[in-house]
Amino acid sequence: MSAISASRNPLSILKSHLHAACAATALLLGAGSAAQAADLNALIWCDHADPALLQPFEEANGVKVNVKEFEGTGAGLAIVEQSQPGDWDVMVIDSIDVPRGVEKGLFEPLPEDKLPLADLFPQVKMDGSTVVGGKRYGITEKFGYNTIGYNKTKVDPADMQSMAALTGDKYKGKVAIYDYYLPVIGMAALAIGKRTADLTEADLPALKDELLKMKANAKLVGEVTASQTALATGEVDILVGGGEWVTAGLAKENPALDFSIPKEGAVLWSQSLAMFKDSKNKDMALKFIQYIMSPEGQARLATSSCYWGMPANTKAALTDDQKKVLRFDEQPGFLARAQAYPAPNADLDKKMQDMWTEMLQAK
Amino acid sequence: MSTSANTPLPRAALPWALVTPALGWTLLFFVLPFIAMGFSSLTAHEGGGLTASNYSQFFTNPSYWQAMVNSLQVTAIVTAISVLLAYPFAWILAEQVPERWQRLALMLAVLPFWTSYVVRSYSWLLVLAQNGVVNRALTGSGLISEPLQLANTRFATVTGFVHFFVMLLTLTIFANLKQLSPSYRKAAADLGAGPVRTFLHVVLPLTLPGIMVGAFLTFVLCIGDYITPQILGGNNELLMPQLVMMQIGRRGDFPLASALSIILMAVVTIAYLACARWLKIERA
Repeated sequence: MSAISASRNPLSILKSHLHAACAATALLLGAGSAAQAADLNALIWCDHADPALLQPFEEANGVKVNVKEFEGTGAGLAIVEQSQPGDWDVMVIDSIDVPRGVEKGLFEPLPEDKLPLADLFPQVKMDGSTVVGGKRYGITEKFGYNTIGYNKTKVDPADMQSMAALTGDKYKGKVAIYDYYLPVIGMAALAIGKRTADLTEADLPALKDELLKMKANAKLVGEVTASQTALATGEVDILVGGGEWVTAGLAKENPALDFSIPKEGAVLWSQSLAMFKDSKNKDMALKFIQYIMSPEGQARLATSSCYWGMPANTKAALTDDQKKVLRFDEQPGFLARAQAYPAPNADLDKKMQDMWTEMLQAK
Repeated sequence: MSTSANTPLPRAALPWALVTPALGWTLLFFVLPFIAMGFSSLTAHEGGGLTASNYSQFFTNPSYWQAMVNSLQVTAIVTAISVLLAYPFAWILAEQVPERWQRLALMLAVLPFWTSYVVRSYSWLLVLAQNGVVNRALTGSGLISEPLQLANTRFATVTGFVHFFVMLLTLTIFANLKQLSPSYRKAAADLGAGPVRTFLHVVLPLTLPGIMVGAFLTFVLCIGDYITPQILGGNNELLMPQLVMMQIGRRGDFPLASALSIILMAVVTIAYLACARWLKIERA
């Protein structure tokens, strides 16, 4: 349903009034600073909250970047829905979800000629998602793989070259599963020889079987911090869905942690930056996006204290050590074997989430 | 100053004037959000029309049902263990600890409340982990050869909850015990009752309201908590608050999340009514 027809629905009118009331409270409590029009207000993931990333931009432009963290596109879009138009300037969003924001009429087209698109790894530009109706609404800033993260002193690295290790008996009780249904379902798809882009409802029973086998081996199913902690503390030796975002940040403390891209492939995650159509500070918003996409911004974002990930820009100013940890030179090979997140329609998405719920409840 | 400012409020209006701030607060922070949530629970995620499908999903999806069963089981276990631990603790505090040390003891009892849920839960995770304090002590002393699976289990969730709620219950029961007049015990002793009989027939019945209030608070806080089961339970079983959060994360399905929240609230209301009815009967 379009935004216009939704607004004619009396239920939606009442809903929007209630949301407006909630928004006032939310802004006061959580993002009071968002009201300062001269500042830049950014809806972000935790990696963008790193002062080492934001301070150089703030100092260079004499601007304060007010950030509000969220997890999950649904939660992010809900914050926007409960805010006043113009409250937010830029947003970090899963690249595959850029069309959701465009459909809601939230985003402003980005000027391609003012962005370093030619410097990006071609496979992560993801024009199928970031370009809608011939206009670019998002630019990939960071990417990586939901794959197999492991402790190479505890498991045989050769075993980690196949997804079969995740469901075999050898590592039973030594496995954690990253708690986000889409990438892990994507991994299950790769394990059974399906392409993530082609998944349909008919594939759900086979995917469920695979997920249940993984669950039978798993000690826990955890979000980012819990999964990372489990691997770091030796609670588990393998993380299904973990990649450089888990192991790279811990490399200094625990060089035994590594990740593999198995023969079946890996699921490519990528996050994009988008600008809000109602931003009151579009020039500064564009400057911010340009800064994040610059070689210096890319290096700082890639090595953010919250989690590490590959910079989308091939010219990111990373040190040799940082490149080594991120396995920068191996990216062309990895990318050739990676497949995008499954991008189900609303109905299939709901069924996948219910399947995930069932897997979580399985003993 | 105007004359009207000196005119006293009509007698009938005074009670209303006194309760107005509380009513306003309740209206703003409970009634209106509740109406919004109830309304949202009856709308479709896609399209926005009226629908009861959010509720029917709960009753037809076994995984959703299981989340409620898990929540009730965990809550019942936590409440029961907390009561069993808190009562003797409160009794010792009220009866055995000298008055001058009680203040310090109470302060120690409320210390867990000074730590955030998240920090406390992660601390327990480290204590119960495979390489944690408990397993190291057990393997080090030779009691076990292989570390036990303690973290990321229901046991861990219950431990985390009990750690927090046992103190809450201790405080409510302690307050009840302190209010109990010593003359009841003297009267029982005069009538020939021993300490055990006095406790079972006089002290315990008179402190049951305190236990029930504390147990109800534990029930409410436990069944609605998201953080502790999320961190300590390892997501190996879903509880209702986790199920609610799942609907919001990626899909932003607030209608379904609202419906699940209302169902959770209905369970709490039933628990409250049962508690209130029971207390009324006891008083009668």
